[in-house]
Amino acid sequence: MIQAFDLVKDFGPIRAVDRVGFEVNKGDILGFLGPNGAGKSTTMKMVTGFLSPTSGRAEIGGVNVQENPREAKRRIGYLPESGPLYQEMTVFEFLRFIAEIRGLRGGKAREALDRVSHLCHLHAVRNQPIETLSKGFRQRVGMAQAVLHDPPCLILDEPTDGLDPNQKQDVRRLIASMADEKAIILSTHILEEVEAMCNRVIIISGGRILVDETPRSLIRRHPQYGAVQMQVLDNEHGSARETLLRLDGVHDVEARDEHWLVLPDRGIDDLKPRLWEAARREKWRLISMHDAPLKLEDVFRNLTRPDGESAEERSPPGARNKGSAAPA
Amino acid sequence: MKVTLTLIKREFLAYFRSPVAYVFLTVFLVAATGLPWFLGGFFESNDAGLRPFFIFLPWVFLFLVPAVGMRLWSEEKRSGTWELLFTLPVSTWQAVTGKFLAGWAFVSLAVLLTFTMPVTIAYLGTPDWGPVFSGYLGAVLMAGAFLGICSAVSALTKNQVISFVVSVIICLALVLLGWSAFNELMLALNLPVWLVDTLANFSFVTHFEGMIAGLIRLRDVVFFLSLMLFALCLNVLVLER
Ligand SMILES: Nc1ncnc2c1ncn2[C@@H]1O[C@H](COP(=O)(O)OP(=O)(O)OP(=O)(O)O)[C@@H](O)[C@H]1O
Ligand SMILES: [Mg+2]
Repeated sequence: MIQAFDLVKDFGPIRAVDRVGFEVNKGDILGFLGPNGAGKSTTMKMVTGFLSPTSGRAEIGGVNVQENPREAKRRIGYLPESGPLYQEMTVFEFLRFIAEIRGLRGGKAREALDRVSHLCHLHAVRNQPIETLSKGFRQRVGMAQAVLHDPPCLILDEPTDGLDPNQKQDVRRLIASMADEKAIILSTHILEEVEAMCNRVIIISGGRILVDETPRSLIRRHPQYGAVQMQVLDNEHGSARETLLRLDGVHDVEARDEHWLVLPDRGIDDLKPRLWEAARREKWRLISMHDAPLKLEDVFRNLTRPDGESAEERSPPGARNKGSAAPA
Repeated sequence: MKVTLTLIKREFLAYFRSPVAYVFLTVFLVAATGLPWFLGGFFESNDAGLRPFFIFLPWVFLFLVPAVGMRLWSEEKRSGTWELLFTLPVSTWQAVTGKFLAGWAFVSLAVLLTFTMPVTIAYLGTPDWGPVFSGYLGAVLMAGAFLGICSAVSALTKNQVISFVVSVIICLALVLLGWSAFNELMLALNLPVWLVDTLANFSFVTHFEGMIAGLIRLRDVVFFLSLMLFALCLNVLVLER
């Protein structure tokens, strides 16, 4: 549905986007992650036809955005980054204007307006000038404008930026509810959002794609992926730790304040059953044992840390292992 | 076509959503009718015509049309709404003509609101209506030419002040080139007559003169229309760059 082929954008000497390519199909929600200035918005602006790429091309449902912009734009709903709107218009005047431009008139326009004002909870402010709205409400107007014509492709640049927690949840639910019949790209700085909604993640940094995979395989890049947290009562002599370290499949045992963090060897994904087994054998008094909580944020930081190393060299999942096998 | 109409409607109404429109209309009416009263000896002239009124119009336009035109694109760029506009299924040409036509309609409205002038002369005497109509036609065309330039200039920058100043300078040049005092100065500097004439041909004033006198010449109309077209093409190019 949405395809990007080797998009490049130069601003003078700066290469903001460097050979970015991806494909998003109906039913997909693609999450765009990356540090500030990574090129997320620039990529989106090229896909929506607002900026023309220095090289490469974008296609919407097979329609080339550069060659046939109006046809492509008809199929896109776009929420720009800081939600620019015609401030002096009221909410409904503005939405009616968008509807008219989108070719919705009369009953159809009214229907669409009703639908989006319900979806984005805009009814109470419909006759208020946009400039008098709070930031969150403005964001909702931007969202309403994007979905007004029920487009097959949605491109949302930081859709939950500036919203309160309830509204964030609402918008996420709204996006998820549309996922089945649309191709959606969204950018965000909130990593849980990606975990909760997206079935694809692209991390870009310095204009380049570092990672393009599912959130689940992304979490595998976590340095503590597969680790188990356990707490064992009594063990003054540290004998249990010794036992653990000798256990097959255990790479290391780190002591945290109350518990141990048991790190698996590379490629071991059944650490927990092994630990259960050992605990039973050794008759340890287990207080708790569960998977170590992993934050996507750590993966993100590892990948995009501005420390001069190239992405490939940054502690990949296997870095702590004895073996020298290349990372998956 | 429908899209352009929608754009014109939005843009035109936008003028009236802010006090700008009312301030502009007031200043324009005061300046356009006041100058001939006080400086042009509108009362003293015995010919019941609008010549003193029209003579001052280019100078009034010089400042007030850039005031209208400066916001056309600068404002969109500053507030970022052009990103919204150009991700809607709207071609650059439609957007440019839509905005221009709305602005032109607004300035024309201002010009038509000076109807008190012809009403006054009709009350005081029996005017020759020919030059009045051709003068108004010329005024509207000239306003469009001014506005076209201002629109193209405003697409260059998101700063309205820069947009205003640059527009005034360009328009000033186009007015001066045809101003008799300026032409005499050029001749006094020993510039060849043909050069002075050619330059004067690019002036608003030169082409407006005939219309004040009651002549609707094709070449004058074509001059204004082609200047507008040229400015709008430039405008599109600037935006698509
Ligand atoms: N119009 C422009 N002129 C010059 N440079 C630009 C322009 N727009 C963006 N850039 C540069 O391109 C790079 C990418 O910017 P972009 O806005 O795409 O980042 P982003 O990933 O969206 O960041 P953020 O998370 O802060 O929104 C930045 O270095 C930025 O300075
Ligand atoms: Mg951005």
